[in-house]
Amino acid sequence: MDKVLMEGNAAFGEGAVRAGCRFFFGYPITPQSELPHYLARRMPEVGGVYLQAESEVAAINMVYGAAAAGARVMTASSSPGISLMQEGISYIAGAELPAVIVNIMRGGPGLGNIAPSQSDYFQVVKGGGHGDYRLLVLAPSSVQEIIDLMAVAFELADKYRNPTMVVGDGVLGQMMEPVELGPMPDLVLPAKAWATTGTAGRNTRNIVNSLYIQPEELEKVNLRLQAKYSQMAKEEKRWEEYRLDDAALVLLAFGMVARIAKAAVDKLRAAGIPAGLIRPITLYPFPDIPVTQAAERAKAFLVVEMNAGQMVEDVRLALCGQRPVHFYGRTGGVLTSVAEVTGAAKEIWEVIE
Amino acid sequence: MAVSRRRTEGLTDKPFHYCPGCTHGIIHRLVAEALVELGVLGLAVGICPVGCAVFAYDYFNCDMIQAAHGRAPAVATGVKRVLPDRVVFTYQGDGDLAAIGTAEIIHAASRGENITVIFVNNAVFGMTGGQMAPTTLLGQKTTTTPFGRRVADAGFPLRVAEMLAAVEGPAYIARVAVSSPKNILRAKRAVRRAFEIQLQGLGFALVEVLSTCPTNWGLSPPEAMRWLEEKMIPVFPLGEFKVPEEEEQC
Ligand SMILES: Cc1ncc(C[n+]2csc(CCOP(=O)(O)OP(=O)(O)O)c2C)c(N)n1
Ligand code: SF4
Repeated sequence: MDKVLMEGNAAFGEGAVRAGCRFFFGYPITPQSELPHYLARRMPEVGGVYLQAESEVAAINMVYGAAAAGARVMTASSSPGISLMQEGISYIAGAELPAVIVNIMRGGPGLGNIAPSQSDYFQVVKGGGHGDYRLLVLAPSSVQEIIDLMAVAFELADKYRNPTMVVGDGVLGQMMEPVELGPMPDLVLPAKAWATTGTAGRNTRNIVNSLYIQPEELEKVNLRLQAKYSQMAKEEKRWEEYRLDDAALVLLAFGMVARIAKAAVDKLRAAGIPAGLIRPITLYPFPDIPVTQAAERAKAFLVVEMNAGQMVEDVRLALCGQRPVHFYGRTGGVLTSVAEVTGAAKEIWEVIE
Repeated sequence: MAVSRRRTEGLTDKPFHYCPGCTHGIIHRLVAEALVELGVLGLAVGICPVGCAVFAYDYFNCDMIQAAHGRAPAVATGVKRVLPDRVVFTYQGDGDLAAIGTAEIIHAASRGENITVIFVNNAVFGMTGGQMAPTTLLGQKTTTTPFGRRVADAGFPLRVAEMLAAVEGPAYIARVAVSSPKNILRAKRAVRRAFEIQLQGLGFALVEVLSTCPTNWGLSPPEAMRWLEEKMIPVFPLGEFKVPEEEEQC
């Protein structure tokens, strides 16, 4: 199959189009702007709609409306813009609408900078908006995987009627890599009998809503949502393992950082240190399965992130104190390096030995 | 015996929760009747606000979406872009549309989004306990302007119809009141017009409806009607502020 060279941000757009998404609403922000640039041209080609909203607040509420009308719809932004969308994301979760949100994370807090970062892990995994809800969160680490996971994102959103977030950073968004696109998939999109499309041809009214004024009624809804999240946790954990089988020192990293960690694992192995890597592909639900399995052989874990240590909490939670969990990270948009990660891992290994 | 006050098929059987003398109910009826008379109830998708009309999804007998506070025009945009042949309307109060949702309404209007907006101006935040709205009159006492609204602290009442009429995008902007049978008939015509404009694909249409809030105004229902006529209409004059261009010429 022929490969084409594609930029990460464009791949988010092309992946969405190939997943049957025909509606994009968004507000420009670096470092994701190539994504709307791409879709502004691409959507009209496939009979879709590209609309530049007046703000991220408006964009996410346009997504809410389009999702309620039954469409496959997406928006994209970067950290500050995602913060602005949180009320809308909570409404989408509460009203159980399928939608996909791409978040090309940048340095924070505040205006921070536009450099690559993973400092919004807590925001995307633990909530972000108000209320007891969960997002499905996917973290690709190559341009090919962006294409593949955008299809998964829309499928999961429809399957669970839940917002799905796909996260990356500026490096992933702006890197060019060869991808295999294949022919345009011939999709049969799921019917959405609940969508608010007008009552004509139907006996009942459809209502999209997240208001339940009676506490007992809202609790029932919340219990149903929690059951849905449990099902996600049971069925949707995804991860990649690298040289893990006999690993005594297990690295964990997601997204771009996982590529650096993978190279560090090779370096460590070359130096005689039995290192391995777990790369979470779903950040929520968190893939704790390989972590607890690896703990049977591993002496220690090292979590590498481009933040001050956020995913490390989920790793510790999975291990419940069984094994020491170390952390190495850079913040502020500083990219970590193979040498740094290898160095940090060697220090841990020396203490173990 | 003839039944003179039959409920329109555009409304469900659910009794309104509105306070006695509140004119939200009249406005609901006008919107519902317009949808029925135009034969588009089955094509309608309504978007209700956060405000006293938050439960409008229980009342309008069509598909309904409940939107976040102020964001109904953005939600309507999303629906209309997906379903251009459906009749999409928002129903919003003056806190919803003229305070927190100012950006969304201006840009939906500016894009000429082909939707119908029913804007209920009752000069207060009703649902949250009678606080000042952008439309609160100068001197008007509310729970957050206990000494009356003063320009120095709180600026001037915002005239939404006039403001949006200055934007190029809209096709139709009108202000009406539901304070007397004559005004109600006029309001009905404007609401119908606003839906016809959408059906003709002419673009954004908004009807501002001056409405009562006897509860938070601290007035009896008849006093509230009088207050609306005597105090509100001079500040918010009734009329059509923008009509489709062909009409202007003839
Ligand atoms: C984001 C957000 N901020 C504030 C509120 C609280 N709130 C609910 S209704 C409302 C004002 C409603 O007033 P208006 O739009 O004039 O409608 P009315 O109740 O008078 O019909 C406010 C401030 C909210 N629900 N959400
Ligand atoms: S509080 Fe005011 S606006 Fe709300 S229902 Fe009562 S009278 Fe109507």
